[in-house]
Amino acid sequence: MTTYFLHDSTVLLKRSLRHVLRSPDTIITTVVTPIAMMLLFVYVFGSAIQIGGGSYVNYLLPGILLVTVASGIAYTAFRLFTDVSGGIFERLQSMPITRSAVLWSHVLTSVVANVTSLALVVLVALAMGFRSGAGVLAWLAVLGILVLFTLALTWLAVIPGLTAKSVDGVSGFSYPLIFLPFISSAFVPTDGMPGPVRWFAEHQPVTSIVDTLRNLFAEQPVGTEGWVALAWCGGLVLLAHGLAMRTFRSVTRNRAPH
Amino acid sequence: MTTATAIEIAGLTKSYGDHAVLRGMDLSVPTGTIYALLGSNGAGKTTAVRILSTLLEADGGSVTVAGHDVATEPAKVRESISLTGQFAAVDEVLTGRENLVLVAELRRLNDPGGVADGLLARFALTDAGGRRAATYSGGMRRRLDIAMSLVGTPPVLVLDEPTTGLDPQSRLEVWKIVKELAGQGTTVLLTTQHLEEAEQLADRIAILHEGRIIAEGSLAALRQLFPPAEVEYVEKQPTLEDIFLAIVGHDAAQR
Repeated sequence: MTTYFLHDSTVLLKRSLRHVLRSPDTIITTVVTPIAMMLLFVYVFGSAIQIGGGSYVNYLLPGILLVTVASGIAYTAFRLFTDVSGGIFERLQSMPITRSAVLWSHVLTSVVANVTSLALVVLVALAMGFRSGAGVLAWLAVLGILVLFTLALTWLAVIPGLTAKSVDGVSGFSYPLIFLPFISSAFVPTDGMPGPVRWFAEHQPVTSIVDTLRNLFAEQPVGTEGWVALAWCGGLVLLAHGLAMRTFRSVTRNRAPH
Repeated sequence: MTTATAIEIAGLTKSYGDHAVLRGMDLSVPTGTIYALLGSNGAGKTTAVRILSTLLEADGGSVTVAGHDVATEPAKVRESISLTGQFAAVDEVLTGRENLVLVAELRRLNDPGGVADGLLARFALTDAGGRRAATYSGGMRRRLDIAMSLVGTPPVLVLDEPTTGLDPQSRLEVWKIVKELAGQGTTVLLTTQHLEEAEQLADRIAILHEGRIIAEGSLAALRQLFPPAEVEYVEKQPTLEDIFLAIVGHDAAQR
């Protein structure tokens, strides 16, 4: 059964990677929003933001990377939705394959596409003056956290991908995720925020993840914040995966015909 | 594995919430026949097909495909049956050939490329094989769709309204394909709301109305159900359409 799962997932992964390769515009439109935000904040608002020393682009990049992932997973939901609405999903489900391989291929494709987008955004940040002395291990830790964050949001994106009735419904769900970093330490320090906003900002996952990435880039110890970030990412992956699989099972059992 | 009946449905029920779609459907499809399941929109054809192909769970009753129970041996059922749904389920981003290779790889066939080329030739798609399926006409997509269902030669093929939305010429092409399949021993269950299609293709016909099979048999047998023709100026055999409307009542036709 495991070998079938690996075989089926690999075959389907090749397929959906082809989709990404044949529409590279999906990568471009994914990175447009975060890059525009980065330009806007660094060159327009940045001079007015007090971050307590250091360059603003260095401060900003971790949050921008999370925005990139939030923007990228909209395409994961879209690709899955296209499979469901076009009947490919049902065709695959009626074939003698491991059924969940269909989801895993989309999830892994999402990771590949998002890591590509993240690399592009980092290149643009380097051109804008981002510098880090972080070593290989710290970069690997950054990559690990970003992949976990991508997995969490991707499994969440699977739910609208499976259940949405229209394309608008699919793309709409990612907007709140893109704006979540605004109420966190991603763009400005949380110190100056009024009480309840500050409380929310300091207790939502983005702040701990952003702070951890920032410390890794700045060669600072990540401390307990790092474990909090890891716990958020791991917990969100498990929760989102559980919810997505529950949706998957109920969809494959009880969906009425179109 | 061959059994005398390819598909056996007994007392099948399915509701969506309060709405009962199948209310005790019985059907027996002999191996190697083309069997038409005829019914109006909403009669429950697609629901029955989805239960057969393990895409949907039944509320009650039993269904076996090639001797395997859909509830207890769904994996075996999926190895025996191939579904062509109402809308041509091809991957538009992939080429025609890549679509066929994909299915062949998933079915773990030895020579996916060879299987794909063979089917492209058989369905007159060799020239179009290297083009993305998005560029295909409706008829070509349907041919590719059916070709994908034939990868690995499953013994039972289910075609859910295979000619819906096709122009007359493409429809004739699909009919020709279906007739050839039956000649090779494949069991074909075909749903349709086009009476002419059932009349043209099917060895046996079942009429599904409001969730039950209300008539079943060969076209000749169904004709006998119809009241004897009265003497008129021109003697006219009742068409299947007449039979259908007489059996289900005219309210069905006016919906």
